[in-house]
Amino acid sequence: MGREHTNRDYEQELRKLREQILLMGAKVEESITGSIRALTERDTPLAERMIAFDRNINQMEVDIDGLCLQVLARRQPVASDLRFITMALKLVTDLERIGDLGVNICERVIELNQEPPLKPYVDLPRMAEDVQRMLHDALDAFVAGDAEHAQRVIERDVNIDAYYQQIFRELLTYMMEDVRNIHRATRLQSIAKYLERIGDHATNLGEMVVFMVKGKDIRHVGKLGSVDTR
Amino acid sequence: MRSLFSRELRSRLGDSALVISTGAATLLVLIILAIIVGDVVHHGAARFSWEFLSTAPSQGMTAGGVFPAIFGTVALVILMTIAVVPAGVATAIYIHEYADRESSLTRLIRVAINNLAGVPSIVFGLFGLGFFIQFVGVGIDRTLFSGHKVFGQPALIWAALTMAVLTLPVVIVATEEALRAVPRELREASLALGATRFQTVIKVVLPQATAGILTGTILAISRGAGEVAPILFTGAAYYLPQLPWQPQNQFMHLGYHVYVLATQSPDVDAGKPILYATVLVLLMVTFVLNLSAFVVRSRMRHRFAGASS
Amino acid sequence: MTEPVEASRHKLTVRNLSVFYAEKKALGPVTMDIPEKRVTALIGPSGCGKSTFLRSLNRMNELIPACRMEGVVHLDDQPIYGTGIDAVAVRRRIGMVFQRSNPFPKSIFENVAYGLRIGGLNARPELVERVERALQQAALWEEVKDRLNESALGLSGGQQQRLCIARALAVEPEVLLMDEPASALDPIATAHIEELISTLSDRYTVVIVTHNMQQAARVSDYTAFFYMGDLIEVDRTQVLFTKPSQSKTEDYITGRFG
Repeated sequence: MGREHTNRDYEQELRKLREQILLMGAKVEESITGSIRALTERDTPLAERMIAFDRNINQMEVDIDGLCLQVLARRQPVASDLRFITMALKLVTDLERIGDLGVNICERVIELNQEPPLKPYVDLPRMAEDVQRMLHDALDAFVAGDAEHAQRVIERDVNIDAYYQQIFRELLTYMMEDVRNIHRATRLQSIAKYLERIGDHATNLGEMVVFMVKGKDIRHVGKLGSVDTR
Repeated sequence: MRSLFSRELRSRLGDSALVISTGAATLLVLIILAIIVGDVVHHGAARFSWEFLSTAPSQGMTAGGVFPAIFGTVALVILMTIAVVPAGVATAIYIHEYADRESSLTRLIRVAINNLAGVPSIVFGLFGLGFFIQFVGVGIDRTLFSGHKVFGQPALIWAALTMAVLTLPVVIVATEEALRAVPRELREASLALGATRFQTVIKVVLPQATAGILTGTILAISRGAGEVAPILFTGAAYYLPQLPWQPQNQFMHLGYHVYVLATQSPDVDAGKPILYATVLVLLMVTFVLNLSAFVVRSRMRHRFAGASS
Repeated sequence: MTEPVEASRHKLTVRNLSVFYAEKKALGPVTMDIPEKRVTALIGPSGCGKSTFLRSLNRMNELIPACRMEGVVHLDDQPIYGTGIDAVAVRRRIGMVFQRSNPFPKSIFENVAYGLRIGGLNARPELVERVERALQQAALWEEVKDRLNESALGLSGGQQQRLCIARALAVEPEVLLMDEPASALDPIATAHIEELISTLSDRYTVVIVTHNMQQAARVSDYTAFFYMGDLIEVDRTQVLFTKPSQSKTEDYITGRFG
C-alpha cells in the first residue's frame, strides 16, 4: 500500500489486521466449499463439522473488531487508513454473515441427507463454485488494492442471480409433478437462496474495496436519488 | 554504580577553594569600604550637624557649614538631568526601535557613544570651556547682550550641559538595555492591534522600560554629583556670597569644595574637620542615590512580576 | 498548485504570493482563497511556510528586516500591499493572536481596551461596553468580570490566551489570524480555545496555523497543506482528511513521512 508509516507499531497493527481479514476470508471460503461437498457427497458428519467450525469465524469477527477499535482509538487514522479501518469493520460483518449462511446450508444438507437425493446436483455445485470464486476474487482485490478487479466481481453478481432463477424454476417443476418432492425441493431452493445471498455479500465486499481504494462510494448506485461522485 | 555519597576528593577541594577565594575577595572589598567610610565618619562626625548642613562657610572655611555647596550641587544635578534624560532616552529609542540595525549609520552612532563614554572627564571640562563658554556663550553675549560678559564665562548652565554630555552615554546605554529587556512579543502584540510604532513605544515599551531608565538616570545623577574635573573651569567656584539663582551664575559644589579645602585652604589643620564632614556629606549623597536606584529597580520589578525575568 | 475552493464568498484572495528572507525564498508562489466566515486551517511540517503565509496576511512580515514580498493579497476587493496602503489600517481589520500569549503588563481592562484607545476611543462608557462585549465573545467575561482592574499577568495560561483573543476582538476586525493559539496550553484549555474558535467563525473569518492535525480536523471547515514553502493542496476539511487528492498530503496526514 505504498510507503510505510513512520510509526512501526502502527504499521504492524495494520499488517496484522490485513492478515486476520484474509484468514477469516479463507475460513469462510472453506465453509462454503465444505457445505456444498457435504451435499454432493451426502456427508453428514462433514456438515456437522462445518457447523461447529462457524464458531471460529464468529470469534475472528470479534477479534478483528477489537483490533480495529484499538487502531481507531490510538492512531486517529485519516484518509486511506481511515477508509481501510471503517471498511474492515463492515467487511468482517459481511464475512461473518456468509459464515452464518454456510451454517444454514449445512443445516439444510443434514435434513436432505436423511432422504434419497431428488435429482443429480449439477447447477447447485456450479453456482456454489461461482460464488466462492467471487468471494475469493473480492478478497484478492482487497489485498492488492485493485479496484478494477473488485469492479469485475460486482459485475458477476448478475450471473449468480441468473443461476438462482434457473434453479428455482427447475425445482418448481419438480414440486408441481409430485407432492412428495416438495419437502426436498424446498430445502434445495433454500440452499440456492443462501448461495444467492452469499453472492450479494461478495458484491458488497467488492463495493467496499472500490471505496477503500478510490475513495468513491459506489454503493446503492441507481437506488438513491442522485449520487455525489466527486 | 557510583555511590551518591562520595565524590572525588579533588573536586570537593576545588569546590571549597572556589568558595574560599571568592569569599575572601568579597571580604576584602567590604573591608576597604569599611575603612574609607570609617575614616570619614571618625574624622567628620564631630562637625556633622544640622547646622553644618544649613549654613554657609565662614572665617575662611574654618567654620560654618556647606549649605551653598549642597545647593549648588543640587542645582547642577537638576539642570544636568533635565538636559541629559530626554536626549539620552530619545537617542536610545531611535537606535533600538527605529534605526536599521545593520546600517553603517547605526554602527557609527554606536561607536560614537562608546568612544564618548571613554573620554577622560577633564577633556569634557575643556570641551565645555571651549565650546559652551567661549563659542556659544560668547555668541549669545554678542547677539543679546551687545558684548557684555553674561554667558561667555563660567556658569551653572554651562557646567550642567557639560555634565550632561559626560553622562549621556550612561543614560543611553541604560535606556537601551531597558528597551531590550522588553520582550519582542509585546511590541508585536501592539503592532498587530493596529498601533503605529510611535504608539507602541509610548504606550507599551516605555512604561515597561521605565525602571531601567530610572536606574540609568539615577546612576548618571550619582556621577554628576561626584565628578569634579568637568566643572573645574566651567562654573564651580570656591566661595560665593550668594546662591546661584540664575543660570549664568557660578556655583559652589561639594566635590570642588573638598578639593579646594584639601589643597588650598589657608589653615589646613583648622579646615580638616570641615573637610572630612564635607566628604561625609558627599558620600552620603552618593550612597543615598545608589540606594534609591536599587530600591526603584526592585519595586518596579515586583510590580511587573512575571513579565520580565 | 490547486484550484481555489469555491465558497459563499472569499474574504481574502492571494495570488502568486512569494516571500523572501534575505533573497532566499521562504514561501511561494502561493495562490489561494480564504472563504468568508469560515475557519481555514494551515497545516504542514515545521518550516513549511505556513506561519510565514499567515503573517503575510496582516503585513506582520514587514517587521522582519530583509524580508521581501511579491504577489498580491486582497481583502474583499482592496489590495493590502502597495504604495499608499497603510499597514496600520490593514491590521485594524485583520487581527492576530500569537502562539504564546502576550498580554501587556497592565490590568485586564486596559489590555482589552488597548486597541480601542490607540484607535482614538477614550470615552469611558463606550470603552466599558466594548470591553465587556469582547470578553464575552472570548468566553472570558464570567471569569474576570469582578477583577477587571487586576493585572492580566495573574491569569492562568489558558485565560491569558483568551484575553489576547478578546483584545484582538475588541477592535472588531473582520479577519482573525491565529498562529498555533493552543500549542502552549494543556488539553482542557485547548478544548476551550477550540470551542471558542467554532463560535467565532459565525462572525469572523478565521485562519489558524496548527501543527496538530487532529486539531485542524476538529476545528476547521477548510484545510490547506503546506510543504517546503509550497501550497500542496487546499480543500474542505472533511474531504482532505478522508480522500486527499495529492499523495504528499496523504503521506503527511497519515504519518507516512520518512
